Amino acid sequence: MARIIVVTSGKGGVGKTTTSAAIAMGLAKKGHKTAVIDFDVGLRNLDLIMGCERRVVYDFINVINGEASLNQALIRDKNCNLLYILPASQTRDKDALTLEGVGKVLDELSKDFKYVVCDSPAGIEKGANLALYYADDAFVVTNPEISSVRDSDRMLGILASKSRRAESNAEPIKEYLLLTRYDPNRVKSGEMLGLEDVQDILSLQLLGIIPESKSVLTASNAGVPVILDEKSEAGQAYEDVVARYLGENRPHRFLDDKKGFFRKLFGGRS
Amino acid sequence: MSLLDYFRASKPKSATIAKERLQILVAHERTARSRPSYLPELQKELLEVIRKYVNVDQEAISVKFEQDDDQETLELNIVLPDFQQDNKQVNM
Repeated sequence: MARIIVVTSGKGGVGKTTTSAAIAMGLAKKGHKTAVIDFDVGLRNLDLIMGCERRVVYDFINVINGEASLNQALIRDKNCNLLYILPASQTRDKDALTLEGVGKVLDELSKDFKYVVCDSPAGIEKGANLALYYADDAFVVTNPEISSVRDSDRMLGILASKSRRAESNAEPIKEYLLLTRYDPNRVKSGEMLGLEDVQDILSLQLLGIIPESKSVLTASNAGVPVILDEKSEAGQAYEDVVARYLGENRPHRFLDDKKGFFRKLFGGRS
Repeated sequence: MSLLDYFRASKPKSATIAKERLQILVAHERTARSRPSYLPELQKELLEVIRKYVNVDQEAISVKFEQDDDQETLELNIVLPDFQQDNKQVNM
């Protein structure tokens, strides 16, 4: 049985697809067969972030409609042979996703895969609801910014009421926080909500803080998940996230700005 | 504002303002979430029934739901139209 992870946020542009790509790659690199599914029908982008946009032949909707088999639609990642991508349809209507159809595909994937990562679209409409419906774990991606925290709180309400686990009174979805685009300098100067501020409101289990990093854009430009950029802070932070999710106990890095410290030490100006 | 206040420069940081705004908003939205989902429908149907007898408009009816530890209260407030220059209120 696969563990189904939904990467969700409510708000758009906070880093759901970046996170989905990174953690799926991280899990696969740790030796777990992983599939990552794009639920954003009509606005797919996971294929670009994973760098497989030119290899898309069939998509999620084709599989749901029986126009292609799952094996035909799954794209094997070029960097890791335990990672597969199931792209969303770019042309179909959102209504093509159905509860039964999604359930059937997830069931079939569950037989063969260890983890299935569902990359949710923004908003709280059909695609987002279906992405979280079958989830076992939820990675709530949040920016230290009021609208994002509010939307995350809204998503927590939906996770707790409109999922299969909620409807069947099973053990609730396990919710984790990923605080992305974090800038310790701005937190220090009181311009940005800090980890504690966000946790005072959401109080979730923290999987990691992803610092604001230029390497995220560089990685998406190249179509390589940022976790493969081992020199970058964002890459290392995602590496930590995956390790923590798998049960390792790692201290949280990137809460303080190291550069600031060294600048202070050598008397430079920031 | 005294001169001392001016020098103290104790303007709250923007992150502090953000947090305060969020705490109020989120608390409000969480209580709204725990309300039963039939409330708007109940309000609509009540309005229809009352309109059979008295001409009131949408704003004249408020339905409030409160939840304490061990009890739930449903408060219904109807403001009847203003004839004879005083407000008659029916409380249920």
